[in-house]
Amino acid sequence: MIQALSEYQFLQNALLSGIFASIVCGIIGVIIVEKRLVMMSGGIAHTAYGGVGLGYLLGFEPILGAFLFSICAALGIGYIRRKGSTNSDVIIGLFWSLGMALGILFIALMPGYPPDMSSYLFGNILSVTKANLYLIIVLTVIVVLVIVTLYNDWKAYLFDEEFASILGIKTALLNYLLLILVAMSVVVLIRVVGIILVLALLTAPAATAGLLTADLKKRMLYAVLLGNVFCISGLWISYQMNIASGASIVILSAAFYFALYAVKSVVRKWKGRKIRES
Amino acid sequence: MNKPAVHIENLSVYYGQTSAIADVCLDVADREYLGVIGPNGGGKSTLLKAILGLVPVTSGAVRIYGESPMRNRSLVGYVPQFAAMDKLFPITVTEVVLTGCLKPGLSPLFRFSSKNKRDVSRLLEQVGIAGLANRRISDLSGGEFQKMLIARALARKPRLLLLDEPTASVDAVSRNQIYSLLAELNKNMTIILVTHDLLAISSQVHRLACLNRHLVYHGEPQLTEHVVNSLYGCPVDLIAHGVPHRVLKEHKEEGVTR
Repeated sequence: MIQALSEYQFLQNALLSGIFASIVCGIIGVIIVEKRLVMMSGGIAHTAYGGVGLGYLLGFEPILGAFLFSICAALGIGYIRRKGSTNSDVIIGLFWSLGMALGILFIALMPGYPPDMSSYLFGNILSVTKANLYLIIVLTVIVVLVIVTLYNDWKAYLFDEEFASILGIKTALLNYLLLILVAMSVVVLIRVVGIILVLALLTAPAATAGLLTADLKKRMLYAVLLGNVFCISGLWISYQMNIASGASIVILSAAFYFALYAVKSVVRKWKGRKIRES
Repeated sequence: MNKPAVHIENLSVYYGQTSAIADVCLDVADREYLGVIGPNGGGKSTLLKAILGLVPVTSGAVRIYGESPMRNRSLVGYVPQFAAMDKLFPITVTEVVLTGCLKPGLSPLFRFSSKNKRDVSRLLEQVGIAGLANRRISDLSGGEFQKMLIARALARKPRLLLLDEPTASVDAVSRNQIYSLLAELNKNMTIILVTHDLLAISSQVHRLACLNRHLVYHGEPQLTEHVVNSLYGCPVDLIAHGVPHRVLKEHKEEGVTR
């Protein structure tokens, strides 16, 4: 694979996009898991499908449409949730299905044969173009800068939003900023694992890191490293076995989480028994 | 004459169509120690949130040292309910207390100063958990957790300290330690303490406010059976959880709607 990597541009793009996607999913994933925004992230990701469809219909880059729809979904869900007038589950569900429905409608309205949408739904890291890669790099840099620059404010906000608000920290701004970062992360991850599998890559490395350390900063670092391992290994498996890259990355991530969870449970029980016996 | 720490005038707060507090008038003097009791849903926590400016006031006004809650929020320390906290969040005791030193707004690339860290060490010592500075919050007992939240509130150097049931989920020893700590803190600051601990509170506070949406009683802390029964609107029983405690036996009053 290393020789192929030096020969083929598409493999280099795939590797780089995997690395940048891992950075995003590691950092934002930990926040999503701690703030319990997993389903909301799913809603934002699936709404992006409408943007992909609109891109194809109007003839612009579908990933830009996904970006636009994700941002609108993030702000819409965030606003309605913050007003507290409606159950947020309902709003997430509606955005989720509306985005998918719009995507299907826009594709149906296209003249001629419909395009193959499977690379957006299930991801195809091997089809990442130079333009896609530049967008992924820019979004990754923005996400990392925003989190690192305001790290202490984020920590206070994530642990106790009410107290952060009393301190005068702009929690409403952080709330919307977080949702926009989630939308950006979704766009980065769509080309890697696809809309349907985005949730797995956002949660699996973060949840696995949660089993390894109880320190927020280390948890983000571990999640980034694990994401890299999953993406590169998944890419290698995909290349060797000629199977869908998104699926192999997600299956590897989920399998690793469950395996580690099982090992930790066994170790905890064994230690508990040892203590009781002594 | 000094301005009262808290001045509440005809305060009403509604959540949608449901009244949480109706027409409450209350003054809390500087350095006063006020206990607030009442049944669940009686508006005690809402009263604290109105003082903090966290809930929209339907009618009436709240003043903290003569100014609006938003303007004088920096003078207020707040200890939230233990049950509302995420005990599994990956953070240490020191890190939690340090958040009390954060500045308003957003602070890009903010780093805690060595003075911040010294202050936090002193506060942890003051509340009696200096040895737990690097402990994860998931490893704390209820009492240790409450003391950490008190230290966090004190990191702001408040003149007014609001506490929402700080002795809930706390053993008897820790409860006594928290009451002693609050009595000590009261020498330098005003305290408003929301609690269900009816018997203990009588010996701790200067004045007592009994809230069941309306202010049923405001005065000396010695509770008579008549006051307690009129507060809860029904008989209460004396039961034991290691210590004597009054709890609501039956409370059938329906919510007041507008």
